[in-house]
Amino acid sequence: MFSSKSFIRTAQGAIIPIIVLILWQTASSLEWISAQLFPPPLTILQSFYEVVVSGELWHHLQISVIRAMSGFVIGGGLGLLFGLIVGLYKRSEQLLDPTIQMLRTVPLLAITPLFILWFGFGELSKILLISMGSFFPMYVNAFLGVRNVDSKLFDVARILEFSRFKQISKVILPGAMPNVLSGVRLSLSASWLCLVVAELMGADKGIGYLIQDARAYMRTDIVFVGICVFAIAGKLTDSFVRLLERKLLAWQDSYRG
Amino acid sequence: MTEAALEIQQLNKIFRSNNQENHVLKNIDFTLKNQEFVSIIGPSGCGKSTLLKIVAGLDTAYEGHVSLNGQKVTGPSKEKGFIFQEHRLFPWATVEGNIAADLSLKDKEVQQRVADMIKLVRLTGFEKAYPKQISGGMSQRVAIARALLRKPDILLLDEPFGALDAFTRNHLQESLLDIWRENKTSMLLVTHDIDEAIFLSNRVIVMDAKPGRIKQIISIDLPFPRNRISPSFQELRTLVINALNHDDQIEDDWSI
Repeated sequence: MFSSKSFIRTAQGAIIPIIVLILWQTASSLEWISAQLFPPPLTILQSFYEVVVSGELWHHLQISVIRAMSGFVIGGGLGLLFGLIVGLYKRSEQLLDPTIQMLRTVPLLAITPLFILWFGFGELSKILLISMGSFFPMYVNAFLGVRNVDSKLFDVARILEFSRFKQISKVILPGAMPNVLSGVRLSLSASWLCLVVAELMGADKGIGYLIQDARAYMRTDIVFVGICVFAIAGKLTDSFVRLLERKLLAWQDSYRG
Repeated sequence: MTEAALEIQQLNKIFRSNNQENHVLKNIDFTLKNQEFVSIIGPSGCGKSTLLKIVAGLDTAYEGHVSLNGQKVTGPSKEKGFIFQEHRLFPWATVEGNIAADLSLKDKEVQQRVADMIKLVRLTGFEKAYPKQISGGMSQRVAIARALLRKPDILLLDEPFGALDAFTRNHLQESLLDIWRENKTSMLLVTHDIDEAIFLSNRVIVMDAKPGRIKQIISIDLPFPRNRISPSFQELRTLVINALNHDDQIEDDWSI
């Protein structure tokens, strides 16, 4: 059920993609560009339909989602935990933060070969790589969230004699929530990104493998199908976080454009 | 019920920086009786807010003696309710959630007490509203309810209505009086509004700056509710104004 307002909003966002698609379709069917390298959108749609019907897509998507989500849960969960602890206690900040910040600056791709050497090509190395990628955005944002809590509200908690537990559950966690949620968003997109890296490095299943395999056989249309799947998955996770934000941050009083 | 609730004896606070000594508070002495309403008024920089913070236990770097019901003040506590100039509500909690604060609204007894408080500050119908949805005056009333729910021995108010418009301010002064009479909590109010001090208090403490000290304590013996335009109210206002600037007057003549 679309209200006319939200329909207009959706339509506005769709204008540019539609124009691009039409130009692309025209250009490749008139052979202005190579159909081998730029298969027309309708062909891609056709292939999309085929891999869906044959069950091939589902087979690959399933394992990719499991990898990305377990990586996100492990990495994001640890990032949240460490971010909160380091935010809460000065001593843990002095102890842990320098090391974490140093590791954060190391490009993930540089560590990938080590991960393969240590953990092989199996699931473990992939999930660890994804965990590592999604750890840092979550850590940084959770830490920032705790440090952004208004100290004036802390005075209130002191006067009302909140227990340490209540200080955390009633003041720090809700106050840190906006940052934590942007951490969730960044962490989720990092886990998709690392998933691709992990699957392109070597896998026998997964959307990344599907893309890699299609490239070897010059099936550019399937490569595009894989890219579309990542785009859709990314968009869906983003919408999920937006939903969370609407539910958990209804109290926020900020400019909404 | 007239024993001393708050006792302050020989209170001094000196702020030292770069070998300079700034006497923020000098030899403050006064007692506040149980159920009494006392206002502190004075120019900015006279240390009136600092004095209130010391009583609240938020500032413990002082010399002298401060005790509440015979107990030395060593830190903040629920017995000393504090109302800041800004309401300082938790933006993520509803009106009832803010009043309950660390207590659980799932508890039937807490629910009942919160409901009573909401009735006392006349916010029935706004239980589920978030701070962003209600006005500044209403927010300040929520803050008062939050403090009163903890049954404080004394309510400390730091220019609580200073940021509000004149109409809201008058209205809140009247509701504060109602609350005071219904709840019988001792009140210590810091203000820069002479009318507010006279309208609400049993006694007005007039302070002076540099060093921050008590200049005069004026008893307000008018019956409640007070009429702001009555001649006796005007007389008291003149008294307070004179107390506030009687020794600067001569200096002013010379300085211009």
